[in-house]
Amino acid sequence: MNLMANLIPAAAEIFLLVMVCFILIADLMLTKSSKIVTYMLVQLTLLGCSLITVGTHQPGVVYAFHNMYVDDLMSDVLKMLSYLGMSMVLIYSRQYLMLRGLFTGEFMVLALFALLGMNVMISANHFLTLYLGLELLSLSMYAMVALQRDSAIATEAAMKYFVLGALASGLLLYGMSMLYGATGTLELGAMSDAIKHGVHNKSLLAFGLVFIVSGLSFKLGVVPFHMWVPDVYHGAPTAVTMLIGSVPKLAAFAFVMRILVEGLQPLVQDWSGMLIILAISSMALGNLSAIAQTNIKRMFAYSTITHMGFLLLGVISGGIEGYGASMFYAVVYMLMSLGAFGMIMLLSRAGFEADTLDDFKGLNQRSPWLAFMMMLLMLSMAGIPPTVGFYAKFSLLNSIIQTGHTWLAIVAVLFSLIGAFYYLRVIKLMYFDAPESHAPISVGSDTGLLISINGLGMLFLGLMPGALMSVCAVSVQQSLLLH
Amino acid sequence: MSFFDVVFYLFAAITVMAGMGVVLARNPVHAALFLVLAFCSCAGIWMLLEAEFLAITLILVYVGAVMVLFLFVVMMLDLNLVKLREGFWRWFPFGALIAGLMVFEMVWVLGSRQTADVTTAVVHAADYSNTKELGRLLYTQYVYPFEIAAVILLVAMVAAIALTLRRRQGVKTQNISEQVKAKKADRLRIVKMKSEPKQS
Repeated sequence: MNLMANLIPAAAEIFLLVMVCFILIADLMLTKSSKIVTYMLVQLTLLGCSLITVGTHQPGVVYAFHNMYVDDLMSDVLKMLSYLGMSMVLIYSRQYLMLRGLFTGEFMVLALFALLGMNVMISANHFLTLYLGLELLSLSMYAMVALQRDSAIATEAAMKYFVLGALASGLLLYGMSMLYGATGTLELGAMSDAIKHGVHNKSLLAFGLVFIVSGLSFKLGVVPFHMWVPDVYHGAPTAVTMLIGSVPKLAAFAFVMRILVEGLQPLVQDWSGMLIILAISSMALGNLSAIAQTNIKRMFAYSTITHMGFLLLGVISGGIEGYGASMFYAVVYMLMSLGAFGMIMLLSRAGFEADTLDDFKGLNQRSPWLAFMMMLLMLSMAGIPPTVGFYAKFSLLNSIIQTGHTWLAIVAVLFSLIGAFYYLRVIKLMYFDAPESHAPISVGSDTGLLISINGLGMLFLGLMPGALMSVCAVSVQQSLLLH
Repeated sequence: MSFFDVVFYLFAAITVMAGMGVVLARNPVHAALFLVLAFCSCAGIWMLLEAEFLAITLILVYVGAVMVLFLFVVMMLDLNLVKLREGFWRWFPFGALIAGLMVFEMVWVLGSRQTADVTTAVVHAADYSNTKELGRLLYTQYVYPFEIAAVILLVAMVAAIALTLRRRQGVKTQNISEQVKAKKADRLRIVKMKSEPKQS
């Protein structure tokens, strides 16, 4: 294979890496007051990446770098959405970071490195690249959580995240080594073929699968591997919490798809049983614990656990529609959590974090428009029509009922009902309680516009979900069926 | 039993014993030294597999750099072992129950099937260079993961600098340029006063 055939599919990643290195150097020449130049460079990089991803799109599935890298429609769509998500994260958090002295080149460079890690994961076709992409993402995240050095709670969160993340990586690697021992390959497609043709040592394969699923669950943050999620969400600066809670969910979806569906498809009977337990326990524990929270970041952390459990339902269904519905759910969840964390940052001021539920009391009196946007976001998270959250949950439930897991759908609906309580409580606080403070809310024109688009988008996508849904369905279909 | 087997079992036995030592040693410094021994004997086993580059790297990187750093940290932390062992016996029955359960499960799963499929190592010709083969693979087939690994190291560098390079409040440090710029007038104040009579 010649050089260009390898480089062209990965052109977006190469451009991103070159730009990160350039920004890393260029940032050193800038004074503290002109960091806005770095910010603009980062946004331009994201724009450039998306243009390159569109420009280098090839129909079908293209492999490069000795089958280590795969370029298919699913990876291109997920990458485009991850650029969009990262851009939104930076727009939302600019003012918040400036007020806290965190608006530095390092923050933005680490965010781009995390994006690179996600893209590597999304396009991986080999256990080695999957793992390295995951490490690149995680390492940037650990550092970003700890970036606020004078905050004891952030340092503690970073420490917990780091230690448990290292443990999860160990589990994953151990599982990968066992699968390698059983099948003699680490390439996803080849491993699937090897298992289909019969593996000599079945127990090694089973043990490897258990370790892989445990490692995956740690990274997804589903019960019983969820311990780090609330502490990290609570302890990290809100901008970093937003980053952890939004875009990486796309990469996590791709990670699950690549490993379980592409690499270990013949073992679907084994892993879907494990995922059912993980999904039910996450939906139960996440929803019930979220009710007891007074800190809204912690509440969203438990809500993430629930949503990740929900996302697994589509993977359990084992059908192409279920995978498409899961992808749709991941995209919608990213947009919802971006909006919700964006709102927390909009209400924060210098020296004040709007991270308790009480800070949302009487928001309608202080700013009716923001309260309305938050209401749309909360309704969407709870899955109430006509917002898009309803459609996302509906298509997932539909896919698992079609594959005969009706009882699982009933359990999921029951837990969603419990979950609706704490989302609706936020709306009640905003509309029916008296505000605790009357401090003016200063909203920049860019963040104000973005939160409006974000909130109304929930409504718009809920009324017309067809386009996004078919993009997800087609991309999953074209990417996974060709193997 | 050939000479090869004797050497293998010798190294393997040392590795297992050193591994036990890491866990069982009371003194953390001793545990770290046992780990060094385990690495060295592992390097010996790799030598037997004709992977001499990996064996030497293991010694250089892990024994030479990582473990020395580790020993420094262990010595500097000055761990209070009595406090760490507190509550050991209280939680012992619970831990033992879990451990026993896991052993039972593993025996149950593994014991039901035959898992003895031992393959012999491939023996290469005398002019075979493990280092060259590794290099060839690393820069052809594995060039993509190799580059990503390089990026991970770059992230580690950026993160380490971002987390440690900061000016803390209330720390006493020397500012050399300020010191050099100091003039006599900054340091010395000449006070004119009348001489006073000697007191009593």
